[in-house]
Amino acid sequence: MIKLQDVTKVFSGRAGSRPVKALDGITLSVAAGEVFGIIGPSGAGKSTLIRVVNLLERPSSGRVEVGGVDITDLKGKSLRAARRGIGMIFQHFNLLSSRTVFGNVALPLELVGVPAAEIEQKVSQLLDLVGLADKRDRYPVELSGGQKQRVGIARALATDPKVLLCDEATSALDPETTRSILRLLADINKRLGLTILLITHEMSVVTEICRRVAVMESGRFIEQGDVLDVFVHPRTPTGRALVTTATGGDPPEVVMRRLVPQPVPGGGVVLRIVFRGSLADQPVISQLSRRFGTDMNLLHGHLDAIDDASFGVLVAEITGPPAGIHATIAFLHSNRLDVEVLGYVPPSLRATG
Amino acid sequence: MSPQVYALLVDATTETLLMVGVSGVIATVLGLPLGLALAVTGRGELLSCPAFNHVVGLVINATRSTPFIILVVAIIPFTRLVAGTSIGTRAAIVPLIVAATPFIARVVEAAIREVDRGLIEAAAAMGATPLQIIRKVLLPEALPAIILGLTLATVSLIGYSAMVGAVGGGGLGDLGIRYGYQRFLPDVMVAVVLVLIVLVQIVQSGGELIAQQVNKRNLKS
Ligand SMILES: Nc1ncnc2c1ncn2[C@@H]1O[C@H](COP(=O)(O)OP(=O)(O)OP(=O)(O)O)[C@@H](O)[C@H]1O
Ligand SMILES: [Mg+2]
Repeated sequence: MIKLQDVTKVFSGRAGSRPVKALDGITLSVAAGEVFGIIGPSGAGKSTLIRVVNLLERPSSGRVEVGGVDITDLKGKSLRAARRGIGMIFQHFNLLSSRTVFGNVALPLELVGVPAAEIEQKVSQLLDLVGLADKRDRYPVELSGGQKQRVGIARALATDPKVLLCDEATSALDPETTRSILRLLADINKRLGLTILLITHEMSVVTEICRRVAVMESGRFIEQGDVLDVFVHPRTPTGRALVTTATGGDPPEVVMRRLVPQPVPGGGVVLRIVFRGSLADQPVISQLSRRFGTDMNLLHGHLDAIDDASFGVLVAEITGPPAGIHATIAFLHSNRLDVEVLGYVPPSLRATG
Repeated sequence: MSPQVYALLVDATTETLLMVGVSGVIATVLGLPLGLALAVTGRGELLSCPAFNHVVGLVINATRSTPFIILVVAIIPFTRLVAGTSIGTRAAIVPLIVAATPFIARVVEAAIREVDRGLIEAAAAMGATPLQIIRKVLLPEALPAIILGLTLATVSLIGYSAMVGAVGGGGLGDLGIRYGYQRFLPDVMVAVVLVLIVLVQIVQSGGELIAQQVNKRNLKS
């Protein structure tokens, strides 16, 4: 449904400043009906990328295809027609303050000259869909952030687009409201078969509704794949950092402070273990002390589900004879667990708990 | 105050209202599109046309930096051409328009530039034409600020109109100079000043009230 072929975007900037390569060879393919997430740190080029899809930003090179049609060179009337097939919602909602909820949702229909009676009917439908029927005559200033974004969604859907672009659509919302907006998007995706391309800097947004994800940094995709895969086995430091934030951060500061880079005789090792449902099915942990004479001391944990598959992150300290510790790590690896050594601790850590 | 002076005051007030009203309406009709054009033709704007923007900007700056009293004298040939005379209320309207139009253009330009770029972007993403963006987004969203700007322009016009009085344009300024100053009638002077103060107050409060009515950004319920 959305195809980007080797897209680059260079901002020449003002005279004197160096040009910025915001997009650097982006190739992307999003299937019809899919919810695809793009995640990355600030300045990675996410907004630029999503704006290229409806040509708010023209690519410096590469091709953009939406709904099987190459739109890269469209201009004027045909570009506007193409844009009507692509809805967009924004971080700051971008509602007209001079129009009521009804007026805002009606705007895209007015632009194409839909008769008033038809607008009336369509807007009512959309407001029902987003659960704002009772707010139709309110002005944006009278709405909460979540309600504003619902208006934004209704407005984006007014022209029955096949694609919905979401630029940090939940970044200005609190976690509770974020969830409800994501649920609404997921619902629309299922009910209308809408293809959704979503950008965010929060991994939790991706795990909530995306099936596939791309991790973006400095204008490039550095990882791409199934959300669960990227989540459980991040291959890059950026990917890893994003996962870490999504799982409630690193272990407690008291533990992190005591970590040393080298093994300490008689001490233990602190591991981060990321696992999929399998750990629950196999008693991996309980085997450790029996098989290798090591003990596992849980320091920090997080369980979650992506697409109904559970996964988790454990930070644990392993103590025991050095050979046993080695064997333990090898054993965890052999069980397809993602294991990372965070550091070593002197024996005293055990004493203080 | 004698009945004659009272009659003079009424006549002068009528003349002032006429000058301000007519020049205000015409200057708005000219200045509004000009300001809009300035706002949307800037570099990187909706209908980017930097050359046009630059030239119009220069003309406007030149007009605005000329002291009003000099402007009045400098354009006398033009005034005579347009109004058929260079003295009296009709003639005074011409320099008032010439001074107020660029003022209004700048005020409107500023109001439109204040509109959140995100709104333009959202409309463009919906497939709006530039003209639709102007009509459906820029003008309605800038309306409260435009109304406040026009209020400001009208208040300035009242002041200018008193100045043209001094060069034979009639109105309250004329009355104040001829009777209040030259004939030492302090009560006439006081009356003129009071009427001007009341006029300015009415315009200012009226403008603010209307602006508040159309501003849906901070609803007072
Ligand atoms: N119009 C522009 N002119 C010049 N440089 C730009 C422009 N827009 C974006 N950039 C630059 O391109 C790079 C990517 O910007 P972009 O807004 O796409 O990042 P982002 O991933 O969306 O960041 P954030 O999470 O902060 O929104 C940045 O270095 C930015 O400064
Ligand atoms: Mg951004």
